[in-house]
Amino acid sequence: MTAYPYIPNALPEIQQRMLREIGLDSIDQLYDTIPQHIRFRDSLDLPPAIRSEADLRAHIEALLSDNRHTGHNLSFLGGGCARHYVPAVCDEIAQRGEYLTAYVGDPHISPGKYQALFEYQSMLGALTGMLVVTPPTYDGSGAAASSLAMAARITGRRRVLLLGAISADRRSQFETFLSPTVNIDQVGWDLKTGLISETELQAKLGDDVAAVYFECPSYLGFIDSQARQLTAMAKASGALSVVYVDPISLGVLAAPRDYGADIVCGDLQSLGLHMNAGGGLAGFIATPDEERFVAENPAILISGAPKPGGQGWSFAWCTFDRTSYIKREDTQDYYGTTQWLWGIIAGVYMALMGPHGLAEVGETISQRAAYLRRLISAIDGVTVMAPETPCFKEFAIRFDHSAVTVAEVNDRLRVQGIFGGKDLSGEFPELGQSALCCVTEQHNKKDLDRFVQALSEVIR
Amino acid sequence: MSRLRRHYQGARWDEPLIYELGSPGERSVFPPETEVQIKEAVGDPLSGVPEDLRRTVPADLPELSEPQVLRHYTRLSQMCLGVDVAVDMTGTCTMKYSPKVNELVTRRPEMTELHPSQDPTTMQGLLKIVHRLASMVCKISGLDAATFQPAGGSQGIFANACIIRAYHLARGQGSQRDEIITTSFSHPADPAAASTAGYKVITLMPGPKGYATLDALEAVLSERTAGLMITNPEDTGLFNPQIDRFVERVHEVGGLCAYDQANANGLLGIARAGDIGFDLCQFNLHKTFSGPHSSNGQACAAICVSEELARFLPRPVVTFDGQQYGFEDPSESIGKVRGYLGNLQVVVKAYAWIRSLGADGLKVAAQTAVLNSNYMARRLSQTAGFELPYDPTIRRLEQVRYSLAPLKEETGIGGPEMKMRMIDFGQQHIFESHHPVLVPEPATIEPGESYSLDEIDEYLAVLEAVALEARADPKSAALGPYRSAQPRVDDVAQDDPDTWAMTWHARERKPTIAKD
Repeated sequence: MTAYPYIPNALPEIQQRMLREIGLDSIDQLYDTIPQHIRFRDSLDLPPAIRSEADLRAHIEALLSDNRHTGHNLSFLGGGCARHYVPAVCDEIAQRGEYLTAYVGDPHISPGKYQALFEYQSMLGALTGMLVVTPPTYDGSGAAASSLAMAARITGRRRVLLLGAISADRRSQFETFLSPTVNIDQVGWDLKTGLISETELQAKLGDDVAAVYFECPSYLGFIDSQARQLTAMAKASGALSVVYVDPISLGVLAAPRDYGADIVCGDLQSLGLHMNAGGGLAGFIATPDEERFVAENPAILISGAPKPGGQGWSFAWCTFDRTSYIKREDTQDYYGTTQWLWGIIAGVYMALMGPHGLAEVGETISQRAAYLRRLISAIDGVTVMAPETPCFKEFAIRFDHSAVTVAEVNDRLRVQGIFGGKDLSGEFPELGQSALCCVTEQHNKKDLDRFVQALSEVIR
Repeated sequence: MSRLRRHYQGARWDEPLIYELGSPGERSVFPPETEVQIKEAVGDPLSGVPEDLRRTVPADLPELSEPQVLRHYTRLSQMCLGVDVAVDMTGTCTMKYSPKVNELVTRRPEMTELHPSQDPTTMQGLLKIVHRLASMVCKISGLDAATFQPAGGSQGIFANACIIRAYHLARGQGSQRDEIITTSFSHPADPAAASTAGYKVITLMPGPKGYATLDALEAVLSERTAGLMITNPEDTGLFNPQIDRFVERVHEVGGLCAYDQANANGLLGIARAGDIGFDLCQFNLHKTFSGPHSSNGQACAAICVSEELARFLPRPVVTFDGQQYGFEDPSESIGKVRGYLGNLQVVVKAYAWIRSLGADGLKVAAQTAVLNSNYMARRLSQTAGFELPYDPTIRRLEQVRYSLAPLKEETGIGGPEMKMRMIDFGQQHIFESHHPVLVPEPATIEPGESYSLDEIDEYLAVLEAVALEARADPKSAALGPYRSAQPRVDDVAQDDPDTWAMTWHARERKPTIAKD
């Protein structure tokens, strides 16, 4: 057999015709510029081809069927990726080949894609209170790292302060990316209240600090009531404040620009994107519409303008010369193929939700999370961290008063079809045996009651 | 001559911005409402949040009913040319077919509804695919260990730069070895990612044959050399035949060599990074291995390294103990470069693509891509106005950077005009060149293996038709596209802070752009 479904010109008679046109006798001659001694002469040691589409599909589906997913199991896993509801229209648009199989392309050929992304930028701008929003970057942590590097270049300073609890993975991404250019310093938080230490922040601020970074809500779900003071303190010392948000909270929480953020970053996953085992992440950076911010933005930026004569809109890349495509080594950030399709889908999600839907989903999440938090606080042997401090979507619990580890708890829950909260014990040894519980609009009362019941049983 | 689509017309819906649609109070999706018992139990859980952190005025989002939203985004999709719709031979991008069955299987909840922090025992199927594909890309690269954490080619290059950094640090030569060498025809991400990782970058310019010479390399090698990060064949399509000597010389001074194989489409089963001596490489699964480009990502880089460098890979890597798949942090890991394990849905698609072809099929894909490219090069070398830069008798591989300098000289029509005018015939536009632009009036064309001979002939006929028009009616050739979804616009205003606008709300605050 010599036909390949995906390779039309694999047919020998076609290959012969093409070789004749080129003036060659054999395919091998096409490679005459590659010296013989570095050619690979064997056959690649790969599993045999599965030629039939039916067989291939069955093979992949059989492999994937060994997975247990959060649609069939009750999951409380979060920590930056969570199972929110994905509206049907999001899935419908995400599978359209026009978007799915296009590359960057020029706005003349694909103005529709650029309009969709411009609209996503606009809607996310409305949520964050910013006038400049990037197309998606690789992920939220990467967007935060780039934001901190931007702040260092804008201020000409080299130290950044990370406030409160930061996930170990995010911290690691910061270190990998920032270590050549930026010094990372940490400001602690109060284990009892969950609040960032203003005193320590004041002590660590100085004229070498480029950025004050905090998350709202924080990694552990806390909404720190001091947010406005924190940004004001940054401003007073000449630093920029970089605020990381979960955008699905912004129907009920204020736009960070309104409490003083200079750069807002975050991850789009909560806005209509399937988790895909982490493939659903996509970052964004939002800033004021000022030249000093735009000049240091590493991403391609899409600008839109009404066409003359009222005939719709046109779109173009704004100041492409900023990017690493042009600057090459004259930059300390890189850009490339990132996650643009997820930006289009996050836009579809925001358009579907509208202002009221986004407020309602935020209310549902905060109510259901508060309910679970309250019920768990009543379980003997489990403590809720800083129960008086408001949380959104996630909250931390501790098992210090029970004889079991989080790993054991989660093993036992898993048998019952429940994926318990993310184990924090390795990340925050100071919290002892602790876990991060995540509640979304997908958890109804029955789910939450079932979890509480199961949790009370397995810690006994 | 092949039939031309002289009456092609890109879709134009004259579609308003979403902010110009809908009316207050319209709704599309209602989220689940909290049960009354819960509401009564918790009251307002955000009552403890200070007023200035709560949203008091609803966010300024559009308000539309569901069919309006669907039609809006469907119309916009019609004004977007993916490979499913139009032939795309954008050079350096490898716009091959992304099989539909791979999309279908990855839309299953066993993929989409996985949380990355699930216990590995609940993700054995996915981890098995990851582990198997890692072993397959090791075979294809001739290297020993692989990971898929980088969510794009540039990020893969960055991860490799960080591995080079970690290797020298571990040997106590971190500060001494502060230079990375690359070439001007390697992708801009090679110097950019190396610079991000803290390196001083030395860029070798092309020699007389279009690629850097060994002498040029010799001149910059020193005890400061941390490594070489290079593409081959480069964007020109020219393969540097002394590549193994380059690698040897860098090794002799104590540096490492990273092969940027973002586009390895001509080399599958033909030549391997490991056999040439490279210590690291990266493949873009969304290019060579058929992942859909997704309007600029979901993307994924496989990075492959030698056994000696495996301990530096980003954490965690997927392991197999003979019974169970699990995670492990390499002992001297560079840490994280991207959240969780990257774009694993793309890994599944790449796995399915390789399985559909097997070893022979992969080689046929590579050979056919090179055949298609050489067929086009032959035809275009006979087309007045096109020329092959550097020595035209040296064969190119899966892509070719042509020069339209002769056409420009003769007619005033060059690369940028060709790029735009060909859209009018239902083709995706040409890619000109990455920076720096060393070939005058560049046009980089990469057909890949997925287009039929008829489609290739049609593409060539379009190029020839525009070249003919350039001679007969240069004014017409200069001002295209006319029939695309978006006719020619002057976008100068969008580089000016007074007029650029990255959001609707920014536009509202800017003066009207006055021009005709």
